[in-house]
Amino acid sequence: MPLNDMTFIIGGEAGQGVESSGAGFCKALARGGLHVFGLPDYRSRIRGGHNFFQIRAGTRPLYSHGGPPHLLMALTEEAVLRHREDIPAGGGVLYDPEHAVDAGWLKARGILAFPVPLGKIVKDAGGTRAMVNTAALGAATGLTGYDFSKVASVIEDNFRRKGQDVVDLNLKIAQAALDYVRTTFASSFDYRLEPVSGPPRMVINGNQAFCLGALAAGCKFVAAYPMTPSTTIIEFMSARAARYGIVTKHTEDEIAAVCMAIGAGHAGVRAMASTSGGGFSLMVEALGLAGMTETPVVIVEAQRPGPSTGLATRTEQGDLLFLLHASQGEFPRIVLAPGTVEQCYEAGIRAFNLAERYQTPAIVISDEFLAGAIRSVEKEAFDLSEATIDRGQILSDAELDALDGPYRRYQFTGSGISPRAIPGHPKAVYSATSDEHDEEGHITEEADIRTRMVEKRMRKLEAARQEMRAPETYGSPEADITFLAWGSTYGPLREAVDVLNRSGRKANLVHLVDIWPFPGEKVVAPLSRAKYIVDVESNYSGQMASLLRMHTGIVVNARILKYDGRALSPDYILAHLPEEVK
Amino acid sequence: MSDVKDFFVPVRPTWCVGCGDYGIWNAVKMALAGLDLKPYQVMFVSGIGCGSKLPDYTRANGYLSIHGRPMPVATGIRLANHSLRVIAVHGDGDGYGIGGNHFLHAMRRNIDIVDIIQDNQIYGLTKGQYSPTSDRGFVTTTSPEGAIEAAVNPLALALAAGATFVSRSFAGDLKHLADTIMKAINHRGYALVDALQPCVTFNRVNTYDWYRQRVYKVEDETGYDPTDRMKAFAKALEWGERIPTGVIYQVEGKPTYEDQVPAMRAGLLVKQPIVSPRFAEEFEALKDAFV
Repeated sequence: MPLNDMTFIIGGEAGQGVESSGAGFCKALARGGLHVFGLPDYRSRIRGGHNFFQIRAGTRPLYSHGGPPHLLMALTEEAVLRHREDIPAGGGVLYDPEHAVDAGWLKARGILAFPVPLGKIVKDAGGTRAMVNTAALGAATGLTGYDFSKVASVIEDNFRRKGQDVVDLNLKIAQAALDYVRTTFASSFDYRLEPVSGPPRMVINGNQAFCLGALAAGCKFVAAYPMTPSTTIIEFMSARAARYGIVTKHTEDEIAAVCMAIGAGHAGVRAMASTSGGGFSLMVEALGLAGMTETPVVIVEAQRPGPSTGLATRTEQGDLLFLLHASQGEFPRIVLAPGTVEQCYEAGIRAFNLAERYQTPAIVISDEFLAGAIRSVEKEAFDLSEATIDRGQILSDAELDALDGPYRRYQFTGSGISPRAIPGHPKAVYSATSDEHDEEGHITEEADIRTRMVEKRMRKLEAARQEMRAPETYGSPEADITFLAWGSTYGPLREAVDVLNRSGRKANLVHLVDIWPFPGEKVVAPLSRAKYIVDVESNYSGQMASLLRMHTGIVVNARILKYDGRALSPDYILAHLPEEVK
Repeated sequence: MSDVKDFFVPVRPTWCVGCGDYGIWNAVKMALAGLDLKPYQVMFVSGIGCGSKLPDYTRANGYLSIHGRPMPVATGIRLANHSLRVIAVHGDGDGYGIGGNHFLHAMRRNIDIVDIIQDNQIYGLTKGQYSPTSDRGFVTTTSPEGAIEAAVNPLALALAAGATFVSRSFAGDLKHLADTIMKAINHRGYALVDALQPCVTFNRVNTYDWYRQRVYKVEDETGYDPTDRMKAFAKALEWGERIPTGVIYQVEGKPTYEDQVPAMRAGLLVKQPIVSPRFAEEFEALKDAFV
């Protein structure tokens, strides 16, 4: 009887609360000490279609989705048809008999059929169609024998703001479905879940984790134009803006969003703009403006598959080289690609520090998979004591008062960093300009000043390169297979490495978070010992492999690339190992 | 008292002799001195074009941004530090053309920014192409058969978009322009100053004489009521033989965008502590919401 190791899928139409109930069930499992990973899969529509939410539960930390679903909670017929092929023998399908589900097909493959009259249970309890997902949760709790009080506590938390009546009604529905399942199917389902002891864990996605980092970093200004999968960032910050003294601005377009963030950054507050690839495309000219005026600003780019509208609600890592090279001309920029929720939190803090220290744009690149997938993680992983705030070289009022002669905003310095004055002080009067300029900020076309100013700006890049972190190496030190990755593929690869090493193979993962300025030597170090490098990316061309070759001369041995808009999973990686290392 | 000289910088403008930009530049400095504002209290934000170089030639805080984008940059600055008198100054191509979307939205959000448009009905710095305010039939290098499109009517647009201060003046009438800019600065909320400005090199139609023969001041009209929006619309539609100048419309007492942002009620965003002393405690609560 498999205990505390299973995968669920809840599937239904958009508007049936698939994601909210999936996330709620994850929380209920985490409250029982279990580790969870939850992956929403949704379409670009408000109602109808087929959405699903995959939940993995286990007793060790989980970094990825994947594996066959042991229990499908189907809210529609389509959900059964879409997922039944993936269910292993001994797995089950929970569905409402009012849907025409072919139970014979399931039985022929050893899949258990659990018809539960979800709609009728809801109706009898006095609920509405929108509460069918609550009934499904109750039924799943009953089938797996899980502790209902954990599920009930999440229902209470989630519906509290709608009033006690709504809470009570949902609890009644969940309980009724649970009772029905226990009476009708007793303990006929092999897969069981029960609470274990463990520390309290958060269940959080990448966008939320990034926002916690930004809050800890003292971000005061957020501007964005809604675009999947970045929208939840401005929503999260807007919901907390009044409480934490933050100005959030839903702008008329992404150009306005980044320009407002640049204006706020210039005026002295920590500012960011969040977007996806399409919006970032619009921001490109202003990115160069921030580079030229040496304005600190943070931009978050949560990627989705392009080009153009692409797959609006899906995932890809296709924008890396674009981000690194976007804008005319040359200027320093920082690019961080967190791979886990912990790294998203940390990137939220580091991006603001780096942007201010080097007075230049810092970009955090994530994607729909990382932005939206939820994972259980210890509260301690989000450590406020690590949130050191470094605003870089800012002249204090006293330093400005003592200033002798004109303030030189773009003073030539050894590090390339010129002490910044926040506008509003009588001695700090200057103009910043997108034109080439002299040390005081005045427009110039003089060749020698131009040359020196370019070199001053680019020196900042070299200084930043020194503090870029080495990639993380995970797994066997003497590996026969070394996976190369960046950003969100960390989790699936970490699990694939574990599977290989448990089976007696020797594999490891070299994963980059700090991408630009490219920490060449620090990347060469772990790769120089690699026997066989497999580049794994969610894009068509293997952009990191290209970057690696460009900056280190190292050529990868093989590539596993996926660009169907669905996240790489450990199973997919293992199934696509090159022949040489199979 | 501050003086026009306080805003002097030893940089010579690149503008042509006789350019209307000189008039606007002088009028702006007269207005600032007249209101006793100091260079550090003012933030000019410009875009791209001859006139957008004004902040480089003026001692005050300045940010010369990119084409069409001064309004969002100015908005970000203003939201971060609403003690600064933020003045956007840019041309008609910048403000009404490439930046047209920002123009509309700045007006409807009533952000407290003065928006001076140097309106010369032509693109000067790129050497003579028709602009959003060029009259139909205007012959330029990109409209050799004459401009086909109807000209933008900035005043009517502003009224329709909910601007709370809509004005026009003329670079050839320094006193009136300075006076209009002073009124715009004193206005709480978005304030448009459409500054008619001859381009002496590329626009041989809309010359100083052309404007002088047409402009008149609504202030001189007995009984003109700038608080009457419908009358203001009628004025805004006048263009041709007679061109109205002055404060076409002004409504006072409307809340500004800044007034309505909760985070800004605690004072200047830039002066607020980067993280509150209670944050460590609050952070635990933030994390607990995910447990």
